[in-house]
Amino acid sequence: MPEKIIESFNVKRLDILDEKGNADESLMPSLTDDGIKRMYEVMVLARTFDQRALNLQREGRIGTYAPIQGQEASQIGSALALEKADWIFPSFRENGVYIAFGHPPHMILQYWSGDERGLITARDRNIFPVCIPVASHVPHAVGAAMAAKYRGDRIGVVAYFGDGGTSEGDFHEGLNFAGVFKLPVVFICQNNQWAISMPREKQTAAKTIAQKAYAYGFEGVQVDGNDIFAVYKATKDALDKAKQGNGPTLIECFTYRMLDHTTADDASRYRTKEEVEPWKEKDPILRLKLFMEKKGLWSEQYQEDVEAKAKAAVDEAEKKAESIAPPDPRDMFTNTYEKLSQRQQKEIRDF
Amino acid sequence: MPQNSRKMNMVQAINLALKEEMQRDKDVIILGEDVGRDGGVFRITEGLLDQFGPERVVDTPLAESVIVGAAIGMAAYGLKPIAEIQFEGFIYPAVDQISNHAARIRSRSRGRYTGPLVIRTPYGAGIKAPEHHSESNEALFCHMPGLKVVMPSSPYYAKGLLLSSIRDPDPVIFLESTRLYRLVKEDVPEGEYTVPLEKARIVQEGKDVTVISWGFMLHRALEAVEGFDAEVIDLMTLNPYDEETILGSVKKTGRVVIVNEAPKVGSFASELAAAIAENAMLSLRAPIARIASYDVVLPLPKLEDHYMPTVERIRKALTDIMQY
Ligand SMILES: Cc1ncc(C[n+]2csc(CCOP(=O)(O)OP(=O)(O)O)c2C)c(N)n1
Ligand SMILES: [Mg+2]
Repeated sequence: MPEKIIESFNVKRLDILDEKGNADESLMPSLTDDGIKRMYEVMVLARTFDQRALNLQREGRIGTYAPIQGQEASQIGSALALEKADWIFPSFRENGVYIAFGHPPHMILQYWSGDERGLITARDRNIFPVCIPVASHVPHAVGAAMAAKYRGDRIGVVAYFGDGGTSEGDFHEGLNFAGVFKLPVVFICQNNQWAISMPREKQTAAKTIAQKAYAYGFEGVQVDGNDIFAVYKATKDALDKAKQGNGPTLIECFTYRMLDHTTADDASRYRTKEEVEPWKEKDPILRLKLFMEKKGLWSEQYQEDVEAKAKAAVDEAEKKAESIAPPDPRDMFTNTYEKLSQRQQKEIRDF
Repeated sequence: MPQNSRKMNMVQAINLALKEEMQRDKDVIILGEDVGRDGGVFRITEGLLDQFGPERVVDTPLAESVIVGAAIGMAAYGLKPIAEIQFEGFIYPAVDQISNHAARIRSRSRGRYTGPLVIRTPYGAGIKAPEHHSESNEALFCHMPGLKVVMPSSPYYAKGLLLSSIRDPDPVIFLESTRLYRLVKEDVPEGEYTVPLEKARIVQEGKDVTVISWGFMLHRALEAVEGFDAEVIDLMTLNPYDEETILGSVKKTGRVVIVNEAPKVGSFASELAAAIAENAMLSLRAPIARIASYDVVLPLPKLEDHYMPTVERIRKALTDIMQY
């Protein structure tokens, strides 16, 4: 009996907007001029926020912070493809997603300064709390998608995680469930090339992260994660597919972590400046600006306005965050259970 | 035997222990996340990659279950792996491996295979870290017979206990307080010395009250006992623990305060209190006091200081007991 090929896969890569700001019109998602400007403005806001958060951390005004610089297109492009009713399961580096999905920036600062209340999402939005144990939220997204499917709700569920997260069992178990039950879930991996000090090549011997989806029976695609049009299109297509009952998708956003892992890290211990340098030219915001300039959507004046608006919003967020009274020590007892236990009723008297 | 002593903090002392033992025994290897090039997020393994190479200081993919599971396989094969889990809060994917395999391999194979591995992991609050970086869940691991649970309280003891843990024929989880890493400096000898497992130490002798603690909380306890004639015990190994030393002290003083960083319900302080009640009830002149963190989900940094036992709370317990 001859050996034969019984299955084979091709992994697609999607690029729409290049570094010079030229877009492949045949692949362009449908976006109005205002829609494109909104993408730009939210990215500028997110970067302004990120830089301010880093400064505040340095001054000891917030705690450890995980910056997103370089990943704005991956985060904002995907979040803007969501509808209000969709559910988000973030990791700990999704501040751009939070901002794009309408979570108030001052509350993000409140959370990173060590106050749980900063993560209380609005009644009409579903963002699960920041998830720090890597990949442990992937199963939650899967479960929410099972529930949505059971209820017959036409919503999509999105889980965000990093390249490092794809090594955890929870990632694999979650994707397997999603494939088996054909769930309305989109897995967004921001492959920023690093998991603290571990480069992507040491995280997996596979050529791409996208291809891992095929082992679980569904489609994976790699997109240029610094190209907001590609990220937006891939996410929108995957969500449409999910909502039509056609199952999950894994999207690998190929991007780069421009800064330290967190403010507690020092990337110079494990990577060179030479490695970082070429990624500066691939900047997601710069590239969209060049595109807009060509289309007549950008001017010096517009830039000034956008920056001024972003700065004002972040100033306001900082002021608001710092004017919030610290939590009462008794708050730590509430929400352990619905009601205080007998033991807690005794303990709370210490305050 | 020990030659030179140098003032060191706990990070340096643990680093030295690892280095010396790797020089002495080529079966000792380290594996974990960011332990190589980065030297570990707390710099515990700093310099070891350069000295011993990537076959012995293994930067692994981000996967705790296989870090511990692979260490079990290596240990069964004859190596002496030291697995680092970056923070105790991230050990849960590996708890299946620890509880169902590391702790039981000797028993399941009737001694044919054993698990001489060490799992090192930072624990504890007090450094205003993000969520899941501050828990003190030692009691969980004390409920896995077959596993030894070691918690050093200072650089000198950290080094000696770690050497004993690496050489121990059974699996050891070695819990290092993040708060302690750089808090205390003391003389640590270079070269060979060990501190035995399963033995508590009397840090200071006293007549009126026995104060038992471990890890970072020992330092709060030592501060709190000023002005009291207290005998202070550093438990060091929580399981299997040194009941004799504890009961001997309690029979002498008749009073006990146990200070532990974990929430009170189901804490290791509870085991000690129960053992004392069972074995030394008639020597007690006052109820046993457990000073613990509150029975709540560990709050984020803004409330962290309110959560864990303070010197004042310990002093109040001591005062109440002395006036009982
Ligand atoms: C289960 C678990 N193990 C270890 C850690 C510590 N840690 C935090 S982030 C991180 C690297 C994550 O890398 P990646 O998934 O690529 O996400 P990125 O940080 O690049 O956004 C590690 C090891 C953790 N938070 N959770
Ligand atoms: Mg990464």
